[in-house]
Amino acid sequence: MRNENQGNIPTSGGYEFRRKAAMALLAQATAEEMENFWMQWADKPQVETLRGPEAGLVMVRGRIGGGGAPFNLGEATVTRATVRLGNGAVGHAYALGRSSSKVRLAAIFDALWQEPAHRQVVEDTILAPIAQRVNAELEDRRAETAATKVDFFTMVRGDD
Amino acid sequence: MYVAVKGGETAIRNAHKLLADRRRGNRSVPAIGLEQIVEQLALAVDRVMAEGSLYDTELAALAVKQARGDMIEAIFLVRAYRTTLPRFGYTKPVETSQMAIERRISATFKDLPGGQLLGPTFDYTHRLLDPELAEDGVMESPDRRVEAHEHTPRVTDILGKDGMIEPDGEMPEGVETGDLTREPLPFPLERDLRLQALARGDEGFLLGLAYSTQRGFGRSHPFAGEIRIGEVEVELEVAELDFPPTLGRIRVTECQMINQFKGSSKQPPQFTRGYGLVFGQSERKSMSMALCDRALRARELGEDITAAAQDEEFVISHSDNVQSTGFVEHLKLPHYVDFQAELDLVRRMRSEHERVASNSSETKEAAE
Repeated sequence: MRNENQGNIPTSGGYEFRRKAAMALLAQATAEEMENFWMQWADKPQVETLRGPEAGLVMVRGRIGGGGAPFNLGEATVTRATVRLGNGAVGHAYALGRSSSKVRLAAIFDALWQEPAHRQVVEDTILAPIAQRVNAELEDRRAETAATKVDFFTMVRGDD
Repeated sequence: MYVAVKGGETAIRNAHKLLADRRRGNRSVPAIGLEQIVEQLALAVDRVMAEGSLYDTELAALAVKQARGDMIEAIFLVRAYRTTLPRFGYTKPVETSQMAIERRISATFKDLPGGQLLGPTFDYTHRLLDPELAEDGVMESPDRRVEAHEHTPRVTDILGKDGMIEPDGEMPEGVETGDLTREPLPFPLERDLRLQALARGDEGFLLGLAYSTQRGFGRSHPFAGEIRIGEVEVELEVAELDFPPTLGRIRVTECQMINQFKGSSKQPPQFTRGYGLVFGQSERKSMSMALCDRALRARELGEDITAAAQDEEFVISHSDNVQSTGFVEHLKLPHYVDFQAELDLVRRMRSEHERVASNSSETKEAAE
């Protein structure tokens, strides 16, 4: 998924592609957003925590020259969680940072998204607002950056 | 005789209490919050993340606060913290060509697709102190320009089409990516390990070395081909999923330095490259890194190694400021016993010296 459309909820594409997009949006949510979504979720499922939420590190890699062989750039904090709902659906979540409450809820929403009965509700009431905020922020940044673009013009000497 | 000396516990405890007091400073001044540091001292936070080699703005801000603004102390704190967490794995390499760009300039091409985007830069400011910043005045919002999204190709790809520049660096077939946090550095190094060391290296040290290459110590005729700052996505392969989940976005600065190369028996004349990639917004560091990367490729490119910046062991062994400060600052710890031994030795040499001197003058007198 390209940066230019990372805030979108794909309406087509395979199951994995759509789940990856959903998880990417959940990872970009704030802890506050997640807690609000969870408070507003009407029929809360039974949740068993299988793993975490636990904080750890990933070694972020770059590429030599930008596109060549990988090298290790430095680490980043990451939190992950895995939950199982009462009906057996297993959800995973990974996100940069150390917000355990956010990542646990993200795992619950990932599990809910996987159930056909809940998917549309998750997309409409949770993923769509996150996507809207993320897109608005990206658009703001893009427009503010574009305003600093240099428009070169040529000075014509008047001695012809 | 060796005498174990204990003591100082109370002095140390009280010193740390005093440090906490001085760190807080005048209580009538409001305490600074981590959010304030992240938002308003963002480039200090970025430097701590880059050289602490840990991307986490909140932790870096805490380190800056705890270190009273001492950057190397803050970097040290972050390095120590990272040893307390388990590592989940290695991410997929970030794709800087897909960056959500906040600044992008090229000093080699005026008109290039995507344009010159100045972004939030200190360049072209007059470096005059602004008294208005002493007050919490009303801020104007930045201007906006809404335009169709334009693709922003990499300058190195534009030059690469004609074969005028070497391709992105490849490693020999089958070589595993080195990781200096797991294995001691095996000199001579491959370029991947050098880049890892440079990415976490001290900005001041690398800046000085980069400057030395410009002044003629390992000259490499550089041009800033492209500098771009912005956010890239981070993805991690995990066992439990068939696709790499996106962990989020991090801000990085990338510098593509373009350097002259006269060619060799194996290669035609073409431009070579130095590469810099750094956590956060740090143009100076990424440019210095790229210049040092290029200088350190002397062996690979068959150039004479004549200058400090080209000496891999010299540069990489001394670029880490946590190591450097550890060894320099350890000199202030008690060396009482070592010094007593040295003092005793100097005294004995001194008396020997005096005995020899007086003997020779006696011999001289006798001879006369």
